[in-house]
Amino acid sequence: MDYVVEMLNIRKEFPGIVANDDITVQLKRGEVLALLGENGAGKSTLMSILFGLYQSDGGTIKVRGEEVKISDPNIANDLGIGMVHQHFKLVENFTITENIILGMEPRKGLVVDIQSASRRIRELSEKYGLNVDPFAKIEDVSVGMQQRVEIMKMLYRDAEVLIFDEPTSVLTPQEIQELMKIMRNLIHEGKSIILITHKLKEIKAIADRCTVIRRGKLIGTVDVASTSEAKMAEMMVGREVSFSVDKGPARPGEVILRIEDLTVLNNRKVKGLKGFSLEVHAGEIVGLAGVEGNGQVELVEALTGLRKIESGKVFLKNKNITEYSVLDRIQSGIASIPEDRHKHGLILDFTVEDNLVLKSFHQEPYSKNGLLNREVIHQHAEKLMEDFDVRAGEGSASLARSLSGGNQQKAIVGREIDLNPELLIAVQPTRGLDVGAIEYIHKRIVEQRDRGKAVLLISLELDEILDLSDRIAVINNGELIDTVDATQTNENEVGLMMAGIKRGGHR
Amino acid sequence: MKLKLEKNYLLALVAVALGLLAGALLMAVTGNNPFEGYYYLFRGGLMSVQRIGDTLATATPLILTGLSVAFAFKTGLFNIGAPGQMLIGGLCATAVGLSFAWPKPVLLPAVVIAAILGGALWGIVPGWLKARFNVHEVVSSIMMNWIAYWAVYYIIPGYFKGQYLETESKKIPMAASLKMDWFTNLFNGSYINMGFFLALFAVILMAFILNKTTLGYELKAVGFNRHAAESAGIVANRGIVLSMMIAGALAGLAGAAYYVGYASSMQIGVSPSQGFDGIAVSLLGLNSPWGVFAAAIFFGVLQSGKGFMNAMTSIPPEIADTIIATIIYFAATNILIERAWERIYRRKEKKHDRPEQDTNNSKADQVGGLN
Amino acid sequence: MWNIIAQIFPYAIAYTIPLLLTALGGLYSERSGVVNIGLEGLMVVGFFAGALVTSQLETFLPGTALWIGLLAAVIAGGLFSILHAFASVSLNANQVISGTAINMIASALTVFLARHITGSGNIHIVHGMPRIDIPWFSKIPIIGQLLFTQTYATTWVSLIILFASWFLLYRTPFGLRLRSCGEHPQAADAAGINVYRMRYLAVAASGALAGLAGAVILVTYSGEFNGSVSGLGYLALASLIFGQWKPLGILGATFFFGFASTIANVSQAVPSLEKIPGIFLKCFPYVVTLLVLVLFSKNSRAPKADGEPYDKGKR
Repeated sequence: MDYVVEMLNIRKEFPGIVANDDITVQLKRGEVLALLGENGAGKSTLMSILFGLYQSDGGTIKVRGEEVKISDPNIANDLGIGMVHQHFKLVENFTITENIILGMEPRKGLVVDIQSASRRIRELSEKYGLNVDPFAKIEDVSVGMQQRVEIMKMLYRDAEVLIFDEPTSVLTPQEIQELMKIMRNLIHEGKSIILITHKLKEIKAIADRCTVIRRGKLIGTVDVASTSEAKMAEMMVGREVSFSVDKGPARPGEVILRIEDLTVLNNRKVKGLKGFSLEVHAGEIVGLAGVEGNGQVELVEALTGLRKIESGKVFLKNKNITEYSVLDRIQSGIASIPEDRHKHGLILDFTVEDNLVLKSFHQEPYSKNGLLNREVIHQHAEKLMEDFDVRAGEGSASLARSLSGGNQQKAIVGREIDLNPELLIAVQPTRGLDVGAIEYIHKRIVEQRDRGKAVLLISLELDEILDLSDRIAVINNGELIDTVDATQTNENEVGLMMAGIKRGGHR
Repeated sequence: MKLKLEKNYLLALVAVALGLLAGALLMAVTGNNPFEGYYYLFRGGLMSVQRIGDTLATATPLILTGLSVAFAFKTGLFNIGAPGQMLIGGLCATAVGLSFAWPKPVLLPAVVIAAILGGALWGIVPGWLKARFNVHEVVSSIMMNWIAYWAVYYIIPGYFKGQYLETESKKIPMAASLKMDWFTNLFNGSYINMGFFLALFAVILMAFILNKTTLGYELKAVGFNRHAAESAGIVANRGIVLSMMIAGALAGLAGAAYYVGYASSMQIGVSPSQGFDGIAVSLLGLNSPWGVFAAAIFFGVLQSGKGFMNAMTSIPPEIADTIIATIIYFAATNILIERAWERIYRRKEKKHDRPEQDTNNSKADQVGGLN
Repeated sequence: MWNIIAQIFPYAIAYTIPLLLTALGGLYSERSGVVNIGLEGLMVVGFFAGALVTSQLETFLPGTALWIGLLAAVIAGGLFSILHAFASVSLNANQVISGTAINMIASALTVFLARHITGSGNIHIVHGMPRIDIPWFSKIPIIGQLLFTQTYATTWVSLIILFASWFLLYRTPFGLRLRSCGEHPQAADAAGINVYRMRYLAVAASGALAGLAGAVILVTYSGEFNGSVSGLGYLALASLIFGQWKPLGILGATFFFGFASTIANVSQAVPSLEKIPGIFLKCFPYVVTLLVLVLFSKNSRAPKADGEPYDKGKR
């Protein structure tokens, strides 16, 4: 059999965990091999070993039939292996040319020969239909373009084997189509591709074979054409999974959140949100769909009080809260599950019990006259941890840092729901979690709706939006494109709206 | 949790041991007998009641600057401005002490309060610049140190010139001094003064604030993770200003303890070494109030014994500063010792499973770049 | 007025050069992503090494001894800075604390050694660097008098270093790689660049330049090691921010500080300046720095990964 790359019986340990346990992956020439597994299953670790970022503790790697030792990315590079990382590795204030040639700069005497480099980049760009401008700075180009720069980096280094690490998470459905086309193009030109993903649809769409790993172990390799999505999902999770969320019909009540004509500046001091209006009723989940960076962050921060509102108004239960501080908003009944649990959700060096009173420590019974009541705080934590199934090595006295991602997220969800809010804002509430935790958190969010509370769900995962929402609002470039009933739309329609195309086809 | 604390204290002790070892090496290399050196160094700090009093008096400003640095650290701020805050505290104390002829029960509290206010003011400036304009507190504090240095340089000779020397202030009257006759006599005429009790009180107060109050909770939350604290409704900027103000007040009090307690006049053209030593004290004391207290006493012994050692041997007195500086370096790099430690520890308990962790549980952003 | 400026100018330049060299050193370090607050201490190390070597050699090798002293300072500063690189690059220690430790060790250790050697703690050199007029150029009106008379050879060496640094950082592959480590070390690593090695080199360069600066103080206007460079290292750090991490910006910032400090120092001798209280002149550079920090805080051009330890394991 003609294998370009073989990773045989690979083992990798990190302090406390075995990330890869006896995993074998073989890539045929000219195929797309999908590497499927949940978050934390060990996919990225495995590919980092192939790319030379980590060294394996056991096993062998063969490239074109010969055993090799890949001790750093340069060697992977020389062997013709390239990787498009999930988080782009691009220097923002360098030009595209500088980013591509970094590490193997062509020289003219002592200086970098930018001219010849940019000429070659232009040629490659035309050959593969990548359409990159060699002299643009990374900070000025779109995410899709940045990804093409990453692909160009590999082509510039004459890579034969291309590894794509979760390449679609930042793209619109239409951009994903574009990427698929580029990938087919690459195969056509004789390259071989490993696609790391946890999305079954993409595998069905592009991959020839699929290798599944779970908790660091190899489950098996299957032929994609003859295997159902359900079967692959079961291999990935280890049990049968239903992807639809159990929920009855919504019973919307009064308007809880009313956003009127909201305009907010983004970090670059230009309008990130432009005249945005939306209503969320009691007893419904409104999902906000959109591609990353289209104003979601600005909206959430404007609602929670972290970002200044330029113009427009926000009402909570008919009370104008536009000028309220963060604390006043929390006390008026807004709770939020933040996108980045480490940055905004938890204080990792605090104990779990201290984290569970992060938004209520200044109130009775947790404190009185500025003095903390440790006993009450402790009991509160014990109760919440039981109610929300938060598991920690040393109970409520554990540092938040020591918890797994799923348990950290459950702690946040517990804390926010415990505030008994009128409005729950959930931003990417299941990012990076395994299926068990995802199901649990979805259940609690639906429960919140069924208790007659308003929920605003913001997610980049279109599936999550479609599964959970009662109504779907679509945001593009800081503007509300439209709001649709979740039962009367589909992925394609929402996808088009995410690209800024309104229903009926007018842009 | 308990085990972790013990480990950190052990690491601090290892840093001390390594620092003393480096000092011994330096003594040996320069042709001295290290055993003799350390014998006289510790003897100089501890051999009599009077010497012990001097050691405590030397340690007093160190306790306070150590607390100052540690307090700011808890809020994620690096208070490198303790020398300037201490100078201004001393200047305010001296100015009040020399300007009013009040009886001691009135004048002394006024002197102490002036020092605290002066230091607090000098701490507020970098705190406010950080909160309002995101100016890094390290650079602005260094500028504040120099402004304080020159302010003292011109104000003391201009308004409070001493009788004999251009470069020092008039002698502080007994009514404005932290020294008490009965206390001085108790320690056979040592430099010890009421500053020591003020420092002890500050230790207790800081431990209380950090562990038992909502203020302490807020400040620590801001220090560990400013973003999460703000998301929870804590006003981080208020915490930053408050923390720098309290840190400045503590260093200002250190100025009183030094200039109107230990000493009896103020010199110009000298930046007090206790300011930077406070960083060492805080680091070695693991930023905990009682840790700071212990570390300051230890450094006090070194600083107060060095003169005696220098008199009895030919070892230059700067050995004490070298040892202290080396200890900070070892405390800063104790991760090396920690790694070695963990290797041994893990070998013993290899079977003990740890919960699966996210790989990106990165440390909260504490002291970052200077931008 | 013209006379005053013409008189002050050589002193201002002499005062600027050590600042310039040190700030350039800081530039290398911070462009690679390592904050080096230990510049002050590294200057002291160079100051000491230069004084020690020059004082030992000047009787046998008059003239050359100064240059050997400067070289010794470069080597000593470079070696000493490895301590900082080890802590902040290899051990991911807090860079500000490590730098503070460097400052404290440097000033305590050098005075300890100096006292051991001379008894007083000061090391004196007999002959400093001679001042020379540059032939032909010094005859140019105005500029000739300001820039080409009474100059030190070290000034010209420093300006060459400035230009070379600009070339190295912005025109060569090495510079591109160094800057990528300070902006996005993960990207540099993925491109096969050894981030640790680049940062070690950059910190060593900062130590070498700060060391040279310390020795330049010795051979130009000081003539005696006394254990302190009076905060010039910190001022260099401020110049780096003031100059927005760019070589020419740094030249401007350091010259500003050099000129301002010189005015403060000579104000007693100049009648028109005597009326301004000394305290204002002395505090002027520091107050301006604070204002500049406020001004630049909105859009700082600091390297993005400045001060962040790079841990290969975390991606």
